[in-house]
Amino acid sequence: MRESLRFYLGDELREIRDVDPTLTVLDWLRLDQRRTGTKEGCAEGDCGACTVVVGRLDSDGALRYEAVNACIRFLATLDGCQLLTVEHLRGPDGALHPAQQAMVDCHGSQCGFCTPGFVLSLFALYLNEDRPGSERINDALAGNLCRCTGYEPIVQAARRMYELGDRAADRFADRAATAARLAALADADCLSVGAAGRRFLAPATADQFADLYAANPDATIVAGATDVGLWVTKFQRVLATVLYTGRVQELRRVVDRGDALEIGAGVTYRDAAAPIAALYPDFGELIRRIGAEQVRNVGTIGGNIANGSPIGDSPPALIALGASIRLRRGSERRVLPLEDFFLAYGQQDRRPGEFVEAILLPKPQPGERFRAYKIAKRFDQDISAVCGAFRLRLDADGRVADLRAAFGGMAGTPKRASGTEAALIGLPWTEANVRAAMTALRGDFTPLSDWRASAAYRSEVAANLLLKLYVETTDPDADTRLVGDRRLAHA
Amino acid sequence: MPDAALPVPTISAIDGAVHSPRPHESAHKHVSGEAVYIDDIAEPAGLLHVALGLSAKAHARVTALDLSRVRAAPGVAVVVTAADVPGVNDIGYMGKGDEPLFASDLVQHVGQPLFAVAAHTRDQARRAAALADVTYEDLPAILTIAAARDGERTLVTAPMTLTVGDSAAALAEAPRRLDGRLAVGGQEHFYLESQIALAIPGEDEEVLVHVSTQHPTEVQHIVAHILHVPNGAVTVEVRRMGGGFGGKETQANLFAACAALIAKKTGRAAKLRPDRDDDFQITGKRHDFEIDYAVGFTDEGLVTGVEMLFAARAGYAADLSGPVTDRALFHADNCYHYPAARLESLPLKTNTVSNTAFRGFGGPQGMVAAERVIDEIAFALGADPLTIRKRNFYGVEDRNLTPYHQIVADNIIPELVAELEADCGYWERRAAIRAHNARSRILKKGLALTPVKFGISFTATHYNQAGALVHVYTDGSVQVNHGGTEMGQGLHTKVAQIVAEEFQIDIAQVRPTATTTGKVPNTSATAASSGTDLNGKAAQNAARAIKERLAAFAAERWGVAADAVVFAPGRIQAGDQSMSFPELVRAAYMARVQLSATGFYKTPKIHWDRAAGRGTPFFYYAYGAACSEVTVDTLTGEYVVDRVDILHDCGRSLNPAIDKGQIEGGFVQGMGWLTMEELWWDGQGRLRTHAPSTYKIPACGDRPRVFNVRLLDNAPNREDSVFRSKAVGEPPFMLGMSVLHALSDAVASVADHRFCPQLDAPATPERVLATIGRLRARAAGV
Ligand SMILES: Cc1cc2nc3c(=O)[nH]c(=O)nc-3n(C[C@H](O)[C@H](O)[C@H](O)COP(=O)(O)OP(=O)(O)OC[C@H]3O[C@@H](n4cnc5c(N)ncnc54)[C@H](O)[C@@H]3O)c2cc1C
Ligand code: FES
Ligand code: FES
Repeated sequence: MRESLRFYLGDELREIRDVDPTLTVLDWLRLDQRRTGTKEGCAEGDCGACTVVVGRLDSDGALRYEAVNACIRFLATLDGCQLLTVEHLRGPDGALHPAQQAMVDCHGSQCGFCTPGFVLSLFALYLNEDRPGSERINDALAGNLCRCTGYEPIVQAARRMYELGDRAADRFADRAATAARLAALADADCLSVGAAGRRFLAPATADQFADLYAANPDATIVAGATDVGLWVTKFQRVLATVLYTGRVQELRRVVDRGDALEIGAGVTYRDAAAPIAALYPDFGELIRRIGAEQVRNVGTIGGNIANGSPIGDSPPALIALGASIRLRRGSERRVLPLEDFFLAYGQQDRRPGEFVEAILLPKPQPGERFRAYKIAKRFDQDISAVCGAFRLRLDADGRVADLRAAFGGMAGTPKRASGTEAALIGLPWTEANVRAAMTALRGDFTPLSDWRASAAYRSEVAANLLLKLYVETTDPDADTRLVGDRRLAHA
Repeated sequence: MPDAALPVPTISAIDGAVHSPRPHESAHKHVSGEAVYIDDIAEPAGLLHVALGLSAKAHARVTALDLSRVRAAPGVAVVVTAADVPGVNDIGYMGKGDEPLFASDLVQHVGQPLFAVAAHTRDQARRAAALADVTYEDLPAILTIAAARDGERTLVTAPMTLTVGDSAAALAEAPRRLDGRLAVGGQEHFYLESQIALAIPGEDEEVLVHVSTQHPTEVQHIVAHILHVPNGAVTVEVRRMGGGFGGKETQANLFAACAALIAKKTGRAAKLRPDRDDDFQITGKRHDFEIDYAVGFTDEGLVTGVEMLFAARAGYAADLSGPVTDRALFHADNCYHYPAARLESLPLKTNTVSNTAFRGFGGPQGMVAAERVIDEIAFALGADPLTIRKRNFYGVEDRNLTPYHQIVADNIIPELVAELEADCGYWERRAAIRAHNARSRILKKGLALTPVKFGISFTATHYNQAGALVHVYTDGSVQVNHGGTEMGQGLHTKVAQIVAEEFQIDIAQVRPTATTTGKVPNTSATAASSGTDLNGKAAQNAARAIKERLAAFAAERWGVAADAVVFAPGRIQAGDQSMSFPELVRAAYMARVQLSATGFYKTPKIHWDRAAGRGTPFFYYAYGAACSEVTVDTLTGEYVVDRVDILHDCGRSLNPAIDKGQIEGGFVQGMGWLTMEELWWDGQGRLRTHAPSTYKIPACGDRPRVFNVRLLDNAPNREDSVFRSKAVGEPPFMLGMSVLHALSDAVASVADHRFCPQLDAPATPERVLATIGRLRARAAGV
């Protein structure tokens, strides 16, 4: 066990022994360090005012810089990382960084409160990508809200910064030195820090993790903390023991198993996106619409499943695709179809001390088509009112050989539309049959009304998604998508 | 000090003159995180952090308030309730006594503060606040406009009626008549910096309050009132806000008063920064309205008479609901001439948070009604809505009397709209969209061009005054202070430009300082778009007073007439004599010339008789128009804004970069109000969209994909405003209406444009889909 937390704040090594396990990076910066450049706008990951950049070594040992929300990230999860805040950006001579200067030049700030967060998102973009296109800029900024500017000048700044700076000569471009420093911090010891009898445990291997959890079944597992962080900031829950997945490289890998992709439970959305999109392009698009950059950089599919939420976006897609999960307790493992994991609202088939180790995503079979639709009030960083996912296979005669339709937001758990599936399997894939099945779909669910949508809207949209699937699979000329790549509709 | 002659600059123009696109004066501090907001101020030793305990009920008697567990919680220093208020327990700006700082025996909305707890850390204070044991006895709660209007119609303040002509007769005689009802939602300000106040106790009765407010003077009065001390004992200061939008006009009172109360009670500094969820629940929002309308019109679509009833959700107290609902009536004509009209307001009391100022201040809700009426006429006649809009525009020489009996004397809307219509290719695009919709089964496009005319001035005439204080230092640097507050709108930048222009010195020499009641007293709220008009003029007057003294001094020294002395870039000269500005200042100082002056300004010409419903409440109007194109998914109701073209009137813009920023930002905020931003209360009166996770404002990707914004050229204000500029804070907000109408147009296509969609706001995807369903059913004759 290592009993001190080690990370770099810029170029300064920090070692901290006593730390509240759920102290957020933001509170540490603002209250403890009085580095007040980083702002709090919401304390729930939704506004981006607190955006900082974290450098970490990925499973290949390469240094990655990622924009994250400091307000819901626990300080202790920075172990082995480098933290960069707005205060680090000015050059040694006081000159503004291109990401900052571009914001000044383009009039990208008005009240200025959102600005440090935007600057850090721009900075991360600048470090990682050269001259991205408009859609990519939108994605990189989707997690930062601005109430003053209407965004246009900030988007201009995202282009302008590349005119102002030489990326290769950037102070942060030399990653080797930082990577070496971070590599020197890495070890195989379990980190155990805490204060006042509460602990933060960050094992370095899957076996350590499994043993610790089996021994401390009351511990709270934390992966990206994009859910757990809010328990702390909004509900002020006191977590006695936190068990962090982030240092366990085995849980952070995506492995090709031949007929399936094995996605470690600790793999972030960002890391899962490309391999998943390669198999199922529309699943990739769905992931692009989960949270925003800062959330996807840390949030995990494992967390999205384990939280048991009826409105998580990945479960409907995974269920429609027939995915399974592997659960582990100590050295015991079992594999379960994902749909069987969700027992009822707030109740999952997971025993004390058992955790989600991996998600097993089958590869597509010839002739299968997959579509996923996320419906919310806003395209970016919004929780779905309804999320619908379909896997369809037609036989040579144009009949439905197989259909799996799964929905989020329609019941107390992510759930298949079994009546709808049954109503279509074996029938010709025609509009008349689809319309009949849309009626059946209404029998599959009795959704709730809430602030995201009324029950009536949810039912109507869910049914209409089936029609959309029909149009997309039968009319190659139809325009059906407002966002994302149009080709996804007809893939 | 030797009076060494400084070189006389020979520059031809100063840096940062008026009409130049200067960056915001704090831009470099914004981007580096160095701009200090109130939560960033170095904390005084022993600071206490305050949290509020809130009502869980919409309407109830509090039969017991047991705070013993709160008091006993770790770190708690003090707990205060209504009983601890030494002065009058009222934070309402009108002094009606309807807005207690702390409720005592009666709570009137969920989220109403009952007590405050101060502790060593904010976390401790928040945890302690959650420990109160409150016993309630429920009372019937009125939670919606409908319940209030259809019930006892209790009003929070006196309503207003505007009449012109005989609307009843006009409606009776009109060749055609339509009646309807429009619902338009409220809006949360979502300033990125939440409310915050930091109070530091002083000697005797004194207290200094740093507070994020648009109205330092009002905070000063309220704090004095709560503490029962003279106004002069209270100093209120704010350098900048992280956004205001009207949400910090009166809403900061509560936080400031509470922090000051605790500071004086404990003798320790106290800071109150509510969690975002609490901020949503405690503070008022834009009023939602339901508007009943009847319109009479000719077969050509010319309006002959209008009647409208504006029922507004005021919430539990008056706050600014009176002037807000008044302004709704003042803008219920938008750009259209109503030969006869009767417009009535109904500021209804509900058991929800007390609604307040928000950019546009009721004006947007009034205009939305005007645009709905026009749409109704267009659909009834099968005409393009733009045709009907243009047909009803105010005339320039005639047809120019408003329902409040002011003559529209500076009307430029016909030319402005004609210019935009041509520039954006309205009619070609109209045809292209029809063709697209005929082809495209699921995605339908819509197009709309809507105008804006917004009246500039506070309708409370006495608010139209401002003061400023300018100091010139002996090195030639200048400080300017004025009654306006900086919330991102660039007021300090513009005022600095004005002062730089007056002295003809580089703007780098002019430093705007924090707004404080200690320097400029008795100020008005920075609101009603008037910040620059009023404070810019006051600062100009202060600078001119000093200039006059300097010119007199130079004239005497050079032996020329004072009017021969001119302020040229960087220097002062008369004939072939010249001196640099710093040299002049130093010499003037040595000659004992006063280098500091106050300036004052009051808007001329305006007056308003509310009881009679007559007068000239506005100094001038600001105009603009926007054309929006959208695409709607008819299976889900989702939409995107494909393109927006805006032409907006800023007079002779003081700063085109800042004004463009106001236009773009205002537009997107207005669009958000009418589209995705939805306030959703449950059956118990709890606001369930109480944070950005559930209340969605436009994000980066929601902005128009093509966004062309242009300032109207060659359009100096016809009135003598500061450098002939026009106010720009609020007017562009209403350009967002074009998105609502473009959505409506796309929706109408599902029934061949036969029926007016009557699309209410916010037009969330759900509401769009429901409207599509309604139109389809109607078309099918169901
Ligand atoms: C701003 C914002 C936007 C969001 N947008 C979306 C969205 O668009 N769509 C969506 O679906 N969700 C969204 N979320 C919710 C959240 O991001 C997701 O649910 C995410 O997948 C959670 O992953 P995490 O790694 O952060 O989980 P954590 O918060 O770390 O954990 C979540 C839960 O899972 C448990 N857990 C985590 N890993 C394991 C494991 N291996 N075994 C057992 N239990 C485990 C934790 O104990 C906890 O109960 C959003 C959240 C935020 C803050
Ligand atoms: S403070 Fe809003 S995302 Fe962190
Ligand atoms: S500049 Fe004010 S919120 Fe972005």
